[in-house]
Parts: sequence; structure tokens; C-alpha cells
Amino acid sequence: MPNPLHIISTGTANTASVLAAWERLGIEAILTTSEGDVREAPRLVLPGVGSFGAAMRLLEAEGLVPALRERLASGRPTLCICLGLQLLASASDESPGARGLSVFKATVSRLPDHLTTPSGPTTQRVPQLGWNHVEAPKGSRFLTDGFAYYANSYCLREVPQGWNAATTTYGVRFCAAIERAGVLACQFHPELSGRWGAALLKRWYDESPSNHANAPKKGAA
Amino acid sequence: MLTSRVIPCLDCRDGRVVKGVQFQGLRDAGDPVELAARYEAEGADEIVILDVSATPQGRANQTDTIKRVRKVLSIPLTVGGGVRTSDDAKRLLDAGADKVGVNTAAVLDPALLTKLAERFGRQCIVIAIDAARTEPPETNPTRKRGATAAIVSSQPTSWHVVIRSGEDRRPLDAIEWARNATHLGAGEILLTSWDRDGTKAGYDLDLLRAVSSAVTVPVIASGGAAGPQHLIEALQAGADAVLAASIFHDGHYTVRQVKEALAKAGVRVRDDTVTF
Repeated sequence: MPNPLHIISTGTANTASVLAAWERLGIEAILTTSEGDVREAPRLVLPGVGSFGAAMRLLEAEGLVPALRERLASGRPTLCICLGLQLLASASDESPGARGLSVFKATVSRLPDHLTTPSGPTTQRVPQLGWNHVEAPKGSRFLTDGFAYYANSYCLREVPQGWNAATTTYGVRFCAAIERAGVLACQFHPELSGRWGAALLKRWYDESPSNHANAPKKGAA
Repeated sequence: MLTSRVIPCLDCRDGRVVKGVQFQGLRDAGDPVELAARYEAEGADEIVILDVSATPQGRANQTDTIKRVRKVLSIPLTVGGGVRTSDDAKRLLDAGADKVGVNTAAVLDPALLTKLAERFGRQCIVIAIDAARTEPPETNPTRKRGATAAIVSSQPTSWHVVIRSGEDRRPLDAIEWARNATHLGAGEILLTSWDRDGTKAGYDLDLLRAVSSAVTVPVIASGGAAGPQHLIEALQAGADAVLAASIFHDGHYTVRQVKEALAKAGVRVRDDTVTF
């Protein structure tokens, strides 16, 4: 029986889809809001749907912020999905004044709805809803090229220092996913990205170091 | 660059997929789990399930259908039909929906859209609009024959909103409603032409052009598709995604064949055959 993984239950995320994705892979997933689990779980998933400020308020109300920060800083196996990636930043234009987990210093910004192209000004739809292409970095641990499903109005533009980033272009180039040690944070929804997404989930589960002693130190790329 | 989505639609009643013309004369079209799994394997980009049952028992079956479909489906699932409150939406999301479609209840109480968006995020909220062409007023024959641009544009085509599965036509302008609904909180529009639905005459392209230029959120075209050419026309008219039911249920085209035809016509579609 493979080790179960823990999923932080945020109440508003599409948790049922995330659970179903792991079930299809034959991996048991347990919902949790316990600080002990956030510290100790061999593998943890932070799903996210909703707004930056509301999600941070929820994590603060559950008392999970310090444990999450430590876990992410030390590179323990953690998968962050969609808003989950944005929460690693320090701030977001979506919720001015709200402080993120601040694993790195960056401000999440809105996808542009007006673009300047060689043929003149044009508009694009926001939110970005649908399948877009992911370009993986060379030597990536988890990420590969492919099509991923997105449902986002905000994105992380600059690659945080010490992280590997896959990119996608929607008017602007942004971080499709970032990885460092056992942490994988995806702006897209791997649980909704067909076989490509399922393969990514499986790789993260199989390849991420499963105990604390093996986790690289903070700052390791 | 974002690709154009092809979305098979499953109209469900009592746990079975049904189909009909203009919401009437429903016939059995198969098992929703089997169809959803097959369409995903063929390259579908998303699945929409619309509950067309009218009874509380039918609604209970719907939750069970969503759970069963979710188990097998690894692409997005949008569910609509009978959503009246944000707790209704929560039940569908808990059962495995990724997006929730709302139609009648939002027309009757537009503030519902704001409540839903605040609770679940606007990317999760789809406003389903059934739009019918408004009959033109009595036309003066001489003016008709000698119509000039100025006169034609003073009588533009308009559409009004239809609710309660077609039993109720509102004096509500569909374009205006599309715009308002997105301001209130809808993150996507599922736009069905009531005149074209089930007719195989192609999507209402005028309606698509009018709505997609009036809003900034994605628009899904629905109602009237009989083949790949109709889907191509809809995407060229400004749709971000195309929804179809009977062309897939009847086995006239597989999703794969449709996406190949789209690619050939220069539409960017997702290649799902590469996984590593």
C-alpha cells in the first residue's frame, strides 16, 4: 500500500476533483486541517480556488501559516495547485494589503485583458479558461512539455530566485509551474489536465523525497 | 497561446443521457459515465452535464451521476441545471463539478451571481443563457425592398432571454444580460441559441458575434451544430469554445475527427496524444 498523502481542506477548492485524481492513481488521500499533518505529512497538497486574501485568512484562522512556511522553505514534498502557487508569493494585486506565505518576495499580478501586438491593440479573455501549452525547463525534476488546463485571472510573472520554472504564454509569459526540492507549485490544474496531468501527479508522488532527512536544505535548487 | 475547446454536452435525466429538439421530445442517448470516458479518450477538452430533470428525485440522481462521472474523468466538468442557491452549487462542487452553470435562478435573482463568485471564485461560475431571436416588428414592404444601411442598422437583430427550459420568455435583452451577468460575477458564458438548438442548422453566428464582442470573459457556443464546419464558423465568429451533443451521441463524428478538422482549418486545438 503506497503512503497516503494529505490534502489541506480549504472548503472552497474543487477538492472532489483533486481527491478523484489521486484515487485514479491508486493513492489514498486524506483531507486535513491539522497543523500536525501540515508539519509531519510525508506528502502534502495545497489546493486552491478562490481569492488570495480569503485563502490566506482561512489558513491563518486554522493556524497553518507557520507550519506551511517552514515546510515549503525546507523543500518537503508539497504540491500547490492554482491559487496554491500564488500563495507562495508575498502579495497579490487581487487582494491589496493581504500578506501571502512569503516563501519568496513577489507580487502576483492580473493577466492583461488589453494587449499591444504588431497589428495593433487587441483584447483577450480574462479569466484564462482552457488548455494552454506548458514549456518545461531543461533538467526539470517533475515538469515536461504538454498541454495543461488553466482557470486563472492572476499569475506570477517573475521566476523566484532558486526555483526552476516552466512557462506558459497568455498575452504575457508567466510561471506555469515552479519547482524546488520536493515542492511543486502549478498555476494550472494537474488534476484536470488529462493523462499529461495524471503523469505529472504520479511523478511528483514517486520522485519527491518522502522523509524529512532526505529533503535538501533551504535554497537548494 | 490558449487553444479552442471542444466540449461534448450530456443532457441528463434520471441518470441517463437524453436528447431532444428545443428541449422537447427527450430520447435516451446512453450512460453518462460511459460517454464521458469515451469523449475524454477521444480528446474532448471538457465535459458539460446539464440536468434536465424536473423533480427533486431527479436532482438527487444528478448528484450521484456527477460522482460517478468524476471518478473516471480527468478533464474539467461543468454542471448546470436547477442551481438556485450557493448551497446547491456547493453540493455539485462537492460531488465533483469544477464549474457550476446557473441560468433561471440568476435571471430571477441576479445577486446570486455575486454570492456564487464571492464564495467560489468567478472562474467557477458559468452563466448559461438561452437566447431567442426577437421577432422583427411589422415591416413596411417598401422599406424592406429599398432598405438602406441606415434603416437596417436602426432595426438591429436582437435576442431575448428564455428561461424555465423554454416555457418562459423574458423581456430581457440577451446581450445586455450577458454583459450584466459578467459584471455581477460570472466568469464564463454558455450561450445557447434557442432557435437553433437541435436543428442542425449551425450556431447562431450573429448572436455569437454580438455577445463575444460585448463581454471580456470566455464564451461557449451552443445550439445547432451538425458537423465540424459549424464549429469552425463559431470559433471564427468569436467563440472561445464550442459545445455539441447530438453530433457526438449519434456517432456521426468522433471528438477526434472534429478536432482534426478544426486543426486542418487553422484552429489551434490541444494535442492530447503526447503525455511525456
